[in-house]
Amino acid sequence: MISRFRHLLATITLGLMGAGINHAAPTGMVEIPAGEYVPLFTSPVDPASVPVPAFYLDELPVTNAQFLAFVQANPKWRRSNVSPLFADQSYLKHWVGDLELGSLAPSDSPVVHVSWFAARAYAKWLGKRLPTTAEWERVAAAGYTVSNGREDTELNGDIYRWLARPTPNVIPSASEARPNQLGARALFGYVWEWVSDFNTAMVTGESRADSGLERDLFCGSGSVGARDTSDYAAFMRSALRSSLQAHNSTSSLGFRCARDLEPSSATSP
Amino acid sequence: MKTSPSILTSGLLCAALLSGQWANASEPVGEVEGPVDLPPAILALPVENAVLTAPPHVPPPITRKHSARVVVHLEVREVEARIADGATYTFWTFGGTVPGSFIRIREGDVVEFHLNNHPSSKLPHNIDLHAVTGPGGGATSSFTAPGHSSQFTFKALNPGLFVYHCATAPVPMHVGNGMYGLILVEPAEGLPPVDREYYVMQGDFYTQGRYGEPGLQTFDMVKSIDEHPTYVLFNGSVGALVGDNALTANVGETVRLYFGAGGPNLTSSFHVIGEIFDTVYPEGSFSTPQHNIQTTLIPAGGAAAMDFKVDVPGTFVLVDHSLSRAFNKGALGMLKVSGPSDRVIYSGKEIDAIYLGDQAEAGTEAQKREVELEKKIAAEIKSNPTIASLTKEVQMERGKRVYMQVCFACHLPDGKGLPKVFPPLAQSDYLLTDKDRAIRVVLKGQTGPITVNGETYNSAMPAQSQLNDEQVADVVTYILNEWGNDGGSVSVDDVRRVKNETN
Repeated sequence: MISRFRHLLATITLGLMGAGINHAAPTGMVEIPAGEYVPLFTSPVDPASVPVPAFYLDELPVTNAQFLAFVQANPKWRRSNVSPLFADQSYLKHWVGDLELGSLAPSDSPVVHVSWFAARAYAKWLGKRLPTTAEWERVAAAGYTVSNGREDTELNGDIYRWLARPTPNVIPSASEARPNQLGARALFGYVWEWVSDFNTAMVTGESRADSGLERDLFCGSGSVGARDTSDYAAFMRSALRSSLQAHNSTSSLGFRCARDLEPSSATSP
Repeated sequence: MKTSPSILTSGLLCAALLSGQWANASEPVGEVEGPVDLPPAILALPVENAVLTAPPHVPPPITRKHSARVVVHLEVREVEARIADGATYTFWTFGGTVPGSFIRIREGDVVEFHLNNHPSSKLPHNIDLHAVTGPGGGATSSFTAPGHSSQFTFKALNPGLFVYHCATAPVPMHVGNGMYGLILVEPAEGLPPVDREYYVMQGDFYTQGRYGEPGLQTFDMVKSIDEHPTYVLFNGSVGALVGDNALTANVGETVRLYFGAGGPNLTSSFHVIGEIFDTVYPEGSFSTPQHNIQTTLIPAGGAAAMDFKVDVPGTFVLVDHSLSRAFNKGALGMLKVSGPSDRVIYSGKEIDAIYLGDQAEAGTEAQKREVELEKKIAAEIKSNPTIASLTKEVQMERGKRVYMQVCFACHLPDGKGLPKVFPPLAQSDYLLTDKDRAIRVVLKGQTGPITVNGETYNSAMPAQSQLNDEQVADVVTYILNEWGNDGGSVSVDDVRRVKNETN
């Protein structure tokens, strides 16, 4: 409630300053204008693209310090208290203690070792939510300097260099990450990120046999129904999401939050 | 892509978890069915842990005459390791090596397989063992997130030498990063005993840097899709089986190679120079041995075993007989055989003598005729302006060919060079004001600072001593007239004059 109020104030303040934009995104978030998402996998009955209404997205992944504030305020999400149904044994295992980060978890580095349940609870605590796959991918499709990131050689170089390295023991801070054209930063190069509907990855049809995602994922058949079989980075994100269960956490998986636009501040694209 | 509302989806997940049904959840995500109920006859079998070995080593032959329950623990790790001298690559591995650990079981064994994905892994991985009968060859049951472990059980129904590999999308990248290995299912009756067994796999690698480029190399998606490998390697690096790492044997021993082609794309024309395979078990099948084979074809995702007795000492070179791969891309290994020589089987060089063939006298005659003909043609061209202008066109054409082989790498195809590093040729005042100097630079090289179009350059251009006089004349004529330049033409005589000037 408080943060919502702050957002309102910020909107008013910026409006008064005549900053040349219609309205402001909440602190730490960027407004993503309406656009579309081209799914990696489609079946013949699916539309080629999915419209994505405008929304707010965190500029950066959630940090250890931010997540620490969450577990301070919500004791049931502390490492020693959390239910094993909602987080597996590696939950926050890089922290020294329940409320102590330590050298493996610098305060301004993206938080990892969080489950989908924990990430969702964090977002809810701030009046936010997790982005959908469509929202996340729609933002990540932008390049640094061009709207189609697939044509941005610098971005692709950064993506594949990151993918080629094992996950470091200490995730570096993303505070200097370069923004893409939509203003979001560190979508690549630091951590994988949870999305609200991660478990729909690869589901392609109605029947159990056809929708068994592992089956469609493997070997040559992994390319059946794919929009662009040369988008290896998209396959890897899809594979990562498919490998997860909601209580899982791992060394390279963090998240960021999204929020709906307020009806009054929504703009037409 | 089915876009189901996230609330509904998470509701289903929660319900599944809270009701304790997760293990039997029929949702496609993370389908976990629980340990299999093995029948008493199988439960009664002895349990043993599989001995896994790193290449080029092979676990010892199986001596038991009955089936067993074999437990295999295989760890997936993403590791940076040497791919060539001075160059490293982040390999994705089964067991920390390329190829992955060698697994040896017996026909009829029931295998409890654990795939452990190290927490530092960037990606989820799985394993498709070609020895497995079942969907995905195990891949559907072994899809494992970083920092997780999967278990599945299979019965080895068919004997043979089988490839295993990661089958997670994008598969060519997982396999192209080294995720493959061999699993040997020995026939129930065993294999003929040999003195030494070795494990070698060929794989193609696609790096953004050229072959041998130093530093950490990155996977090149475009080269991979185009199937243009930078490296074709035996056991994951240039020289993995060379010098001190060479395979060894003694004269009189019989060697067995277990050879697989991991791919992702290339088949192998596997050959050992100076040996003939006494027995090949083609395509990994032990039921149809072939004898007296020179080169055996190994398909990508396939394997073969080959036995041969080494009769004489020396170094025997293992190659993919698609020879550019051996000569230029690393597909080369060595087997060093020591022991006494047998000069009846192979004598070594017996005699070295001089041989002139038909080059002795006739050669000089031919040369005379050639020189006279050249003179005649030159006189004809000089006296005929039509031919002379035609000559310039021909020179331009030939000069372009030289340029695109020798010069374009620095001065670029458009002649614009690289600002501050390689001076431009297009519209270059330095080039166009002094034709002889241009010839001199090509003949003798150029070092030290020069000013071109107001910019200072201080690089070194080597003398192009590999070009003959005609090629120099052609290429200088080309650069003097291409890209809007208008600098006249250069003859072979001009080149010789500059060449002979005193320094």
